[in-house]
Amino acid sequence: MRNALIAGLLAAVACGIIGVYVVVKRIVFISGGISHASFGGIGLGYFLGISPILGAVFFTLASALGMGLVTKRTRLPEDTAIGILWAMGMALGIILIGLAPGWPPDLFSYLFGDILLVPDFELTLMLILDVTIIGVVFSLYKEFLALSFDEEFSSVVGVPTERLYLLMLCLIALTVVVLIRVVGIILVIALLTIPATVARQFTHRLDRMMLLSILLGVAFTFGGIWLSLELDWASGATIILFSGVVLLACFGFSKLRRRKLPPPQANQG
Amino acid sequence: MPHEEVVKLEDVWVHCDGVPVLEGINLSIEQHDFLGIIGPNGGGKTTLLRAILGLVKPSRGRITVLGETPPGGRRLIGYVAQHNLFDGDFPISVWDVVLMGRYGRAGLFRRYSESDKRVARNVLETVGMLDFKNRQIGKLSGGEQQRVFIARALAAEPKLLLLDEPTASVDTAMQTEFYQLLERLKQWMAIVLVSHDISAVSIYVDKIACLNRRLFYHGSKEISPEELLATYQCPVQMIAHGVPHRVLMKH
Repeated sequence: MRNALIAGLLAAVACGIIGVYVVVKRIVFISGGISHASFGGIGLGYFLGISPILGAVFFTLASALGMGLVTKRTRLPEDTAIGILWAMGMALGIILIGLAPGWPPDLFSYLFGDILLVPDFELTLMLILDVTIIGVVFSLYKEFLALSFDEEFSSVVGVPTERLYLLMLCLIALTVVVLIRVVGIILVIALLTIPATVARQFTHRLDRMMLLSILLGVAFTFGGIWLSLELDWASGATIILFSGVVLLACFGFSKLRRRKLPPPQANQG
Repeated sequence: MPHEEVVKLEDVWVHCDGVPVLEGINLSIEQHDFLGIIGPNGGGKTTLLRAILGLVKPSRGRITVLGETPPGGRRLIGYVAQHNLFDGDFPISVWDVVLMGRYGRAGLFRRYSESDKRVARNVLETVGMLDFKNRQIGKLSGGEQQRVFIARALAAEPKLLLLDEPTASVDTAMQTEFYQLLERLKQWMAIVLVSHDISAVSIYVDKIACLNRRLFYHGSKEISPEELLATYQCPVQMIAHGVPHRVLMKH
C-alpha cells in the first residue's frame, strides 16, 4: 500500500509536467503511439530475461526517436507513420513474449496497470526517471515553450527545433514507462491528458499549469486507489474513470458559471 | 550616408518538388530600404522570404544576408510570418511571446537576462502593447496580436524586418496606424513587406517589386500598367485594384 501511494505520487509528477506539453503542443496521437509501442519493450525484457520495465525504458526511447525521425524526415504523413509504428511495437511485444522461455507472464498488469503490486526496484527506477524529467524541463523550459508555441519562429531565432522535439518525445517515452505500472500501457494516454486539460481551465501560464496538473494527478491517483479498494475494482481503470468524471464535472461547472455571470472582463494574469 | 547592403540575391532559383517556384531572382536590399513585394497568390512571395531566412534552400544561385549565408544571417532578421497559426488557447502571455524573440541573444540553457527583459519592454512600448504584457496572446484582437508578433521580431534587434502579408488580419482603421509604425521603424532597419494588396502597400513603401516566379524590380514605386501586366499576366487584376499608377502618383 505504501508503495502504491509512492508510485502514484511519482506518476503524478511525471505526467503533470510532460502531459502539459502533450496537450498544448497537440502531440496526443504520437504520445499514444509511443505508449503502445512500449509493449515491444516489455516483450524484449521477458525475452532477454531482464526486468520488463527496464526493457521498456530502452525500447520506448528507441521507438520515440524512430517515430520522431520518421515523421520529421520522411514524406510519410505523420498520422500514418505513427499508426504503423504503434501497431508494430505491440506486435513485436507479443511475438517476443511468445518466444521467451518459461510460463507466459501476466500481460494484464502491463496493459491495464496494477499499482498495488509495484516492487521497490521499480519505485527507484520511477524516481530516477522523474528526476531526469524535472532536470531536463527545468534547464530547457524556455526552449520547450518556444518550440510548443511556434516551431517555425523558434527555428528562425536559432532554437535547435528538431533535436529538441526528439528530446521532448524521449521525455514522453520516460513518462510512459513511469506510468505503465500505475495505469498500464493502454490507459497511459488518459493520465497524460486529463490533469493538464483540467489545469488549463484555471491558468494560462505553462509553469502554473504544470504545478496544478501535478496536484491534480496526485488527487486522481490517490482518489482512484482508494475507490478501487473500496469497490474492489481494477486500480488502473478506476484511476482513469475517476479522472474522467472530474474532468467532465469541471467542464460542466465552468459552463454553468459562464451562463450565470455576465461575460468575463479582460483576462488578467 | 553610406548604404550598406543588407541582402543580396544573385540568380536564385528555388524548386519545390521539381517545379520552379522562383526563377533567376536578382535582388539587392540596402539599409533603410522599405521594399514592397507584390504579386499574385502562389507567386512565390513567401518562398522568397523563407529563402532569405534559410528555411528553404535555393537549387541554384547565391543568397547573402549581411555578408553571411542565410542560416548565419538569421539572427539579424526579424520575421513576422503570414499565418500565425497558433492555438488561440495556448497558455502563454504577451510578455513570454516577445521574450521568445530574444532567444538568439540568450542561447541554449540560459535564462533571459535583465537586458533581454529591457529590450522586450522597449519593443512592446514601441508597438504600443506594453499595457497588455500579462494578457494571454489568444485574448487579443487580430491587430493587437499582429503588433505583438512585430514586437517579437523587433526584440531580436534586427537589421532587416521581413513581413509576410502583415495586414491580412488587421482591419482598415488599424492598417494606417500599422503603416505609420513601419514608417518609424524604417529609421533603424531595412523592411521588406510582402502583400497582394497593391494599393495599400504602394502608399507607404519606397520601392516596389513585382513577383510571379520572376522578379520585376523597380527602383522607384512607379509601376507602368505594362509591368504589372507582365507580373500578373491578367489585366482583370489591374481593374480590381484600380489603375495602379494613378493611385501611386497621388502619394
